[in-house]
Amino acid sequence: MTALKKSFHIKSRDFIRAGEASIQIQALLKTLNFDPKMIRRVSICGYEGEMNVVMHGGDGTLRFEINTNQLIIEITDDGPGIVDIAKAMQAGFSTASDEHRNMGFGAGMGLPNMKKNSDDITVESEKGQGTLVRMVFFLSKGGDAV
Amino acid sequence: MKLSEIVKTLDAKVLNDGNHLDKEITTCGASDLMSDILAGLSEGCILLTGLTTIQVIRTAMVAGVGAVVFVRGKTPPQEVIDLATEQELPLISSSYSMFVSCGRLHACNLTGLDGRR
Repeated sequence: MTALKKSFHIKSRDFIRAGEASIQIQALLKTLNFDPKMIRRVSICGYEGEMNVVMHGGDGTLRFEINTNQLIIEITDDGPGIVDIAKAMQAGFSTASDEHRNMGFGAGMGLPNMKKNSDDITVESEKGQGTLVRMVFFLSKGGDAV
Repeated sequence: MKLSEIVKTLDAKVLNDGNHLDKEITTCGASDLMSDILAGLSEGCILLTGLTTIQVIRTAMVAGVGAVVFVRGKTPPQEVIDLATEQELPLISSSYSMFVSCGRLHACNLTGLDGRR
């Protein structure tokens, strides 16, 4: 199977379009006949990641790849970075503003939800250096539909 | 219970095209925190919320929510209704509060997202 790759720009503070990339990925996986549970996990991870960039990051990019063994979502941004990654991974920890909470986000469940729904997650960040979140979803032998 | 029965139970009005009212709903989630809905077993549930932003619709789409009820008589902006209609997501508005809406649906045997009542 040839790797399928897509890339989406995420604009800082664009709350109107936030989530569009994940909805497109969701639609693509449906057309490829992926298992609905896998589609849901991937979509949730992408969406939480997009919202994190829109709320906290600068501009960013969501890269999506499917190859024979795995599906990968990698989200990078040039925002302020995460000071304490271990703390940020804890359910309920949040640095969100009242503005974010008024829109239904900022409950401190973004990264925990991403960890819960992916098979492997890597978070790399330093204060002032932006953030990279890489999530991997293992596919069954033979590739696509899981 | 069918979505059409939920509309009656909540004395609600349907905000989009009125299709899909035969949809069967067994679980209910009530929250203004979208990540809580994403964290729960929200596939096919009815989501009760007081939020009317476009992100409610995106959250519902990503989580596989079956229908959205806006409580306290709220109505979202037209572009929010249009996106939901495009995605075949039924939207309902009830004048009841979140508390009373939940109570009425609980009395009809709907369970929480974890299947408990």
